[in-house]
Amino acid sequence: MSSTENEIGRPGGVANGLWGWLNKRFPAESILNDHITDYYASKSLNWWYVFGSIAMLVLVIQLVTGLFLTMSYKPSSAEAFASVEYIMRDVEWGWLIRYLHSTGASLFFVVVYLHMFRGLLYGSYKKPRELVWIFGMLIYMALAAEAFFGYLLPWGQMSYWGAQVIVSLFGAIPFLGESLVEWIRGDFFISDITLNRFFALHVIALPLVLIMLVAAHILALHEVGSTSPDGIEIKERKGPDGKPVDGIAFHPYHTAKDLVAWTAFFFVFLAIVFFAPEMGGYFLEHANFERADPLKTPEHIAPVWYFTPFYAILRAVPDKLMGVIMMGAAMVFLFFLPWLDRSPVKSIRLRGWMFKLALTLFVISFIALGYLGTQPATTVYTWFARLFTAIYFLFFILMPWYTKMDPVKPIPERVAYHG
Amino acid sequence: MDKRLLLMMLLAVVPASGFAAGGGAPLDSANVNVADTAALQRGAAYYVNNCLGCHSLEYVRYNRLADDLGLTEDQVTENLMYTGERIHDTMTVAMPADDSSVWFGRTPPDLSLVARSRGEDWIYTFLKSFYVDPSKPTGANNTVLVGASMPHVLWEQQGLQRAIFHEEIDEAGNPHTEFEGFELVSAGSMSPEAFDRMIRDIVTFLSYAGEPMQLERQRLGVKVLLFLLVFFVLAFLLKKEIWKDVK
Repeated sequence: MSSTENEIGRPGGVANGLWGWLNKRFPAESILNDHITDYYASKSLNWWYVFGSIAMLVLVIQLVTGLFLTMSYKPSSAEAFASVEYIMRDVEWGWLIRYLHSTGASLFFVVVYLHMFRGLLYGSYKKPRELVWIFGMLIYMALAAEAFFGYLLPWGQMSYWGAQVIVSLFGAIPFLGESLVEWIRGDFFISDITLNRFFALHVIALPLVLIMLVAAHILALHEVGSTSPDGIEIKERKGPDGKPVDGIAFHPYHTAKDLVAWTAFFFVFLAIVFFAPEMGGYFLEHANFERADPLKTPEHIAPVWYFTPFYAILRAVPDKLMGVIMMGAAMVFLFFLPWLDRSPVKSIRLRGWMFKLALTLFVISFIALGYLGTQPATTVYTWFARLFTAIYFLFFILMPWYTKMDPVKPIPERVAYHG
Repeated sequence: MDKRLLLMMLLAVVPASGFAAGGGAPLDSANVNVADTAALQRGAAYYVNNCLGCHSLEYVRYNRLADDLGLTEDQVTENLMYTGERIHDTMTVAMPADDSSVWFGRTPPDLSLVARSRGEDWIYTFLKSFYVDPSKPTGANNTVLVGASMPHVLWEQQGLQRAIFHEEIDEAGNPHTEFEGFELVSAGSMSPEAFDRMIRDIVTFLSYAGEPMQLERQRLGVKVLLFLLVFFVLAFLLKKEIWKDVK
């Protein structure tokens, strides 16, 4: 919407005062209109749709708490561990900032996994939203890298050995492997140099990448519009005013709903921060309260819980290189969902039993792999991990067939909104 | 609001995780209460007298200790500081690390965070599980940390105990020794009950030392969550009001 339209359409609005001065020079009003007050989304969006905005909230929490942590943290192998304890004990409110950041990291993944699951439920990746999905997947990859680099910074035993294990995975690549690992570490082992560069990547490079990708994700979304749980496209039915009849403005309607969701999220988030910041050793691992010791390998090295499904896949494959390839493939397959899914419908409500069954098995496998990844790899557990790895991949590999054969319901005319 | 209940509900969603603490016997529950200031004060005194010779608490400051344990700085200076530290110093040891690593085989670790890395139950069980073993250079071994390089420091208080093992054949047919229990061979200066309380006091103190702000954290948490409950109702009513015209 151009500013000329606004001058005519809204007397006393854009044309006058500071706001008018600003809008003649910068498209503030039209940005607000396009993305906030005139962005229409289905009025039937359910609570599954709140996790995107919660993820944005968590990103802001991480950026702000991270900024303050940076003011007292020392990125050197000699001082890092002590500086974290300094933050916990001597910096005013340091413990709170640190727990907000450590809990926020885990909850970021909880929220993003739920947000991605929403995408699976309602076909949010399907045409014309392929790019929204791909930007989202890139955000997920960047987030995983951000979390991985950040986990080294406290310089505890699990920081050190977790980084050691994950970086060494690149060593499985033929010919290039070993030199690549050295290049990543900047040294022959995880050292002060590694810590220093991971710090740089964690506080500058990846936050920048994340912010830009989030902007691209939202711009792409606002271009094509949100899905609806009913499985219809609200843009296909517009009223005389040119607005979707089943849509409702993002602000104040969806923002009011998001505020409720944010409050509920804060309740869970802060309950953990104040009453269980270690979350039983899942959010802050016990071994990480011991300073990194390159000469002492912990008995049981497991990555943080949000990587364990992929770690379980890695361990399920007997060959190291194949394991690394499978682990990568487990993420890469997600990128291709828009083209693997051949169903004429988007929403789970319109899908037949085949997709519902496949999705249920997929979710069970993902959670089971996540659990197995935290456990020692015994023979029995390894066979379970292989079973669930197979189901995980079959979900994608068979998708073009079962989504096509699936008996689907017809797409309804209008959304069902019951107040 | 019952904080423990809330905590239990939160923890119920994650499967219980064992500490990766390293082999040894099953752990007994320490069951300590960090809010017990008297226990903390006794624990601090026991720690300074029995442990601080070798094990530093390099992140714990004496003046913080005074604040949190309900002591004056003078009381701390007179009762807990013996080697000329200043009140804002952290609780370090005078013993050079190079020497102690020669004397004991390894430098005694700093214990600031042992309650978080090993857990309260581990410290509690460990401290009670030294037994006579003439094959070791210290004359003692430990069922929780087998081959521990730490001598049985509290033998005068606990007395000496013998560990009873028996041979067992496992499923695969391999013999291994199974720990049965301890038997006191010579009594210490403390009764078993008094010694148990002493250990609990030390564990309480170490739990505090691991996370000195833990009580403050929980107190603040109750207020924050109560606020959020009220705010949730307001946010929900606001949403209903705004959405009431949506058909």
